[in-house]
Amino acid sequence: MMSQVLYSMGAFVVFPGFLFTAAVGLLVAWVDRKITARLQWRVGPPWYQNFVDFFKLLGKETIIPRGVSRISFLASPLIGLIGVTLVSLILWQTNLNPHQSFLGDLIVVLYLSILPSLAIVMGGSASGNPLGALGASREMKMILADELPFIVAIFTPVVSIGSIKLGSILIHQSINGMMFTHHISSIIALVVAFFCIQAKMTLVPFDAPEAEQEIMAGPYIEYSGPPLAIFKLTRAMALFTLPVFLITMFLGGFQFGGLGILWSVVKYVVILILIILVKNTNPRLRIDQALKFFWLRMFPLSIIGFILALVGL
Amino acid sequence: MGKFWALKKSIWVFHMCTGSCNNCDIEILDCLTPKFDLERFGILLVGSIRHADVILVTGAVTRKCLPRMKLTWEQMPQPKLVVGIGSCALSTGIFSPGYNIVGPVDKHIPVHAYVPGCPPKPEAIIDGVVKLVGSLG
Repeated sequence: MMSQVLYSMGAFVVFPGFLFTAAVGLLVAWVDRKITARLQWRVGPPWYQNFVDFFKLLGKETIIPRGVSRISFLASPLIGLIGVTLVSLILWQTNLNPHQSFLGDLIVVLYLSILPSLAIVMGGSASGNPLGALGASREMKMILADELPFIVAIFTPVVSIGSIKLGSILIHQSINGMMFTHHISSIIALVVAFFCIQAKMTLVPFDAPEAEQEIMAGPYIEYSGPPLAIFKLTRAMALFTLPVFLITMFLGGFQFGGLGILWSVVKYVVILILIILVKNTNPRLRIDQALKFFWLRMFPLSIIGFILALVGL
Repeated sequence: MGKFWALKKSIWVFHMCTGSCNNCDIEILDCLTPKFDLERFGILLVGSIRHADVILVTGAVTRKCLPRMKLTWEQMPQPKLVVGIGSCALSTGIFSPGYNIVGPVDKHIPVHAYVPGCPPKPEAIIDGVVKLVGSLG
């Protein structure tokens, strides 16, 4: 009993939970910065840059503006961090041992993956700054925009396979190959889900909630020191976790034997580089344009994919 | 490793103009372009003063800008550093006889590094930042 509790705590804090996701996430965020710099013909920062940024922010003063609700202002970064840690934990435990997943873990992952966005809304509204409130309201609209096509797209392979357990989806893919090699509907769902995770991470072209040039980082504007560090860490961890979610659902998950590790890393890196390229080659969309993009283009597309899955394609 | 080992490698700057002729501001932005690329030293330009470690002040301080400059400096989280850029920020320069000039910057807030020039070259600004980093413990 005691050892099981210790094992669960270890899984949550060290591997594959907080420490592992944080370390890989910060490294991946460096890949993002480095590739962005190379695309702009710059040299870019060294590999440890994001770790240094994180530790520097931990050492800075935390300013709580006057008239701010202290609890919601300071708790919202932690809520986002816990959400993304739990998503990573469930995904990796399922990938490590597909037979051990529980019924409906997919729904849990979907719910928890909204937490970082909700934390941003909460923090932005609590900060009492007009620009922060503006960023929070944009973030809320962005959640409304991307959540609908994202859930329909994620449930497309569920319909094809007929199981709502992440483990069964992984086992099905390990027997029959990746989802999109034998289901046209999953190709459509993958495209839709790809754009949705771009919006979930509020990367360009969907970064209207935290547009640095117009509303000065939006919801983060009043944050300084450790809370800001936790927000940055949450973003970096999301950049690692959400592509892993896509890989688990559509691209056969992670294998851990022999060349399987290499192949899994290749899958992740391809998705990461696609995200970075979309980020670097697009202008920022206004929030109404983003809403139209998701509701009028992506949602019908995901519905088509869903119907194809129902038909059995 | 001193107290500021992380700060030395990750300096986030906030850019503040207190009534300069915009020439120094253009040179500051020049530092961030591909030719000089300050991000390779971890230096980033941030939009909010709450995220900043260093505030770059340009311009002779005008009467109207003075309360805003003081407020901005007070809103910054500790540890905070100030760099004065250009002759005007250092000594009010050619604007010193002006009726509405209350500068230089270091009369009102502590300045940790001075970068002279009208305008200073990007190389001079990088040199100033390097010396500032060297002066940290």
